Amino acid sequence: MSTTEPSSLKPKASFAFRSLKGIYAREWGVKSLLAVCSVLSVFVTLAIIYVLFFEASRFFAADEVTFWGFITGAKWNPLIGAERHFGVWALVSGTLWVSLVAMLVALPLGLITAIYLSEYAHPSVRAVLKPTLEILAGIPTVVYGFFALTVITPSLQFFHDGFQTFNVTGAGIAVGILCLPIVSSLVEDALRAVPRSLREGAYGLGATKFEVSTKVVVPAALSGIISAFLLAISRAIGETMIVALAAGTRPHLTLDPRDDTQTMTGWMVQMALGDVSNFDLSYLSMYAVAAVLFVITLSLTFAGNMVRKRFREEYQ
Amino acid sequence: MTQDSNEKLNGKDPHPLDAIRERCPSKDRKSLDAGFRWFCIATASFSILILGVLLFSIFAQGLTSINWNFMSHYPEPDPANAGIGPALWGTIWLVVTCGFIALPIGVATAIFLEEFPPTNGMFRWFHSFIQLNITNLAGVPSVVYGILGLTLFVNMGGWLGATNEPTFELGVRHFDQFYTAGDKALLIPVENDDPPTIAADGLKGLNSNREWVEANVVASRRDIPRDSEARMYAVVAGKKAGRISKPSWYYFRLPFGRGVLAGALTLMLVILPIVIISSQEALRGVPNSLREAGLGLGSTRWQVVWNITLPASIPGIMTGAILAMSRAIGEAAPILIIAGVVFITSNPGNLMDNFTVLPLQIFNWSGRPQHEFRDLAAGGIIVLLGILFVFNAAAVFIRQFTQKRLS
Repeated sequence: MSTTEPSSLKPKASFAFRSLKGIYAREWGVKSLLAVCSVLSVFVTLAIIYVLFFEASRFFAADEVTFWGFITGAKWNPLIGAERHFGVWALVSGTLWVSLVAMLVALPLGLITAIYLSEYAHPSVRAVLKPTLEILAGIPTVVYGFFALTVITPSLQFFHDGFQTFNVTGAGIAVGILCLPIVSSLVEDALRAVPRSLREGAYGLGATKFEVSTKVVVPAALSGIISAFLLAISRAIGETMIVALAAGTRPHLTLDPRDDTQTMTGWMVQMALGDVSNFDLSYLSMYAVAAVLFVITLSLTFAGNMVRKRFREEYQ
Repeated sequence: MTQDSNEKLNGKDPHPLDAIRERCPSKDRKSLDAGFRWFCIATASFSILILGVLLFSIFAQGLTSINWNFMSHYPEPDPANAGIGPALWGTIWLVVTCGFIALPIGVATAIFLEEFPPTNGMFRWFHSFIQLNITNLAGVPSVVYGILGLTLFVNMGGWLGATNEPTFELGVRHFDQFYTAGDKALLIPVENDDPPTIAADGLKGLNSNREWVEANVVASRRDIPRDSEARMYAVVAGKKAGRISKPSWYYFRLPFGRGVLAGALTLMLVILPIVIISSQEALRGVPNSLREAGLGLGSTRWQVVWNITLPASIPGIMTGAILAMSRAIGEAAPILIIAGVVFITSNPGNLMDNFTVLPLQIFNWSGRPQHEFRDLAAGGIIVLLGILFVFNAAAVFIRQFTQKRLS
């Protein structure tokens, strides 16, 4: 050891005279590299918009299709029949039906679960419930599709004979279960952001927990709750695997929740399962439908973020 | 004072608050509260019930189909022999490739957004624009990414030729193949754009031992010798060869086609926003005092990031990365658009190989009406959930045991 000591005591000449030029150059280089990586995400957005709308414009350029007929029509049979119809409402209605059923399941259950978690639950209950919801959130969507097909739909058929093998309700309930943890965790975050002083003020006036929850906490967190709802709706509309497995492949306008239907995402899957190398009109219609889906979900995301920012109550 | 108010003061009239008490007696309010509590408990237990039913139904259906054959065989049409071998390997290939691409880019973006604060108005605008963009990308349905990947990576917009006739290839050898009368394959190395070889006198090729042999070209089918030695490499003149290609492990081509790389890039688009947002949260968790100490000692921003912020936030970043990877493992929709449901009998051998993944195999089996295939699907789901469980356990482990308190 003694032999190494003198060398470590020697002053390091390089320390004092080290040029900063190299360091600044590296700093600049690293920063540019990081900036390039972040710009990539902007390119992804641009690419989505370009690809969807460029290919959709090729679809609308075809003689058989008119933009107006696509937006307002309710008949969708690009594959069979002498005269092909491209009316996107047949698909949009399927999507809306499934999403409606899903939201009837997810929004009330998610909201009440969130209220329970944030206001009522004992820490020991929380320790069970929270991981359960996290596990539910982590289960792949294809598993929910399988669940809808093998458990939910047979149970529905057990209670009522009218349900078909593929039906709106079964798929919708599965999508609702998928959205439940999303709603409950986002709403719980919003409820927990409400400051304690507001609750204590209400308790001081003699309010019960129910009154504090429904009359103080929920109204105070309303912007967060609505934005959570909007994000859940957007998630339900974009859900693919469940509806591809459990909702069926017959695009038509229906008001019967026991009927089968096809959603926008279901159509894309059907096209992807077919021979993609033939670039005909029905293949191009996939892009037009994807563009509609993109516009809907993007506006819901925008609306959700705007509601959260614009109508947030600041308590500080 | 009137008679009325006198009576009130004397206490004959009810207390002023009684009106409120009558309208909303505290007994009712309390029982409403208790009722709501039970309602909440019932609703909240619903999610536990669902999870229980889900797991029970899947395990009851699928546990019988899990054995070694199931893990290693390819998805044969006969359900008794079918397995998830290629799907399992496809998942591993895809997720590893995707992780190597998505994690560096995602963490780099998070570092740029969190650690290099904008210095002037234009940069500030740029920062908030990227941030808004990432928030919106997180809301795009994954199937849309699948469509983007199909156009951008699989077909490359058609600018680089058709998917099955790549413009650019690297690491692949093409052969013209003759099947001889003795059931041997004879391979003649060619370029891909050569016209197909036609059997003629002097035809030479590689046999199965990679040795050059001369084919015994005969004039017609009737002239094929009976003798097994002479028959071995006998080829009828004028026969057209079939074109095969043997890719090596580094095979690369443009456009990518429906291969692992196209799938991994598409999946990268799906999980990139998740990686960025979770890494940003991890970086935000590092107290500012640590950064300021570094800057106060004369460090540059990058030195602070590399020596202080990144080491402090690695557990958080890793947790987020693992959760993003588990999302990638379970993601089926974009892969379905990219790869389609194809019958795969071999594991991927290079980045351009066709592939299938576990969720896709499950989708394929679930969609069939036969009971046996449903059981197989349930078995596949058990394996998938097992993998996800390991990933999540790892994330929880890292979160619990490696995170130091910094503030």
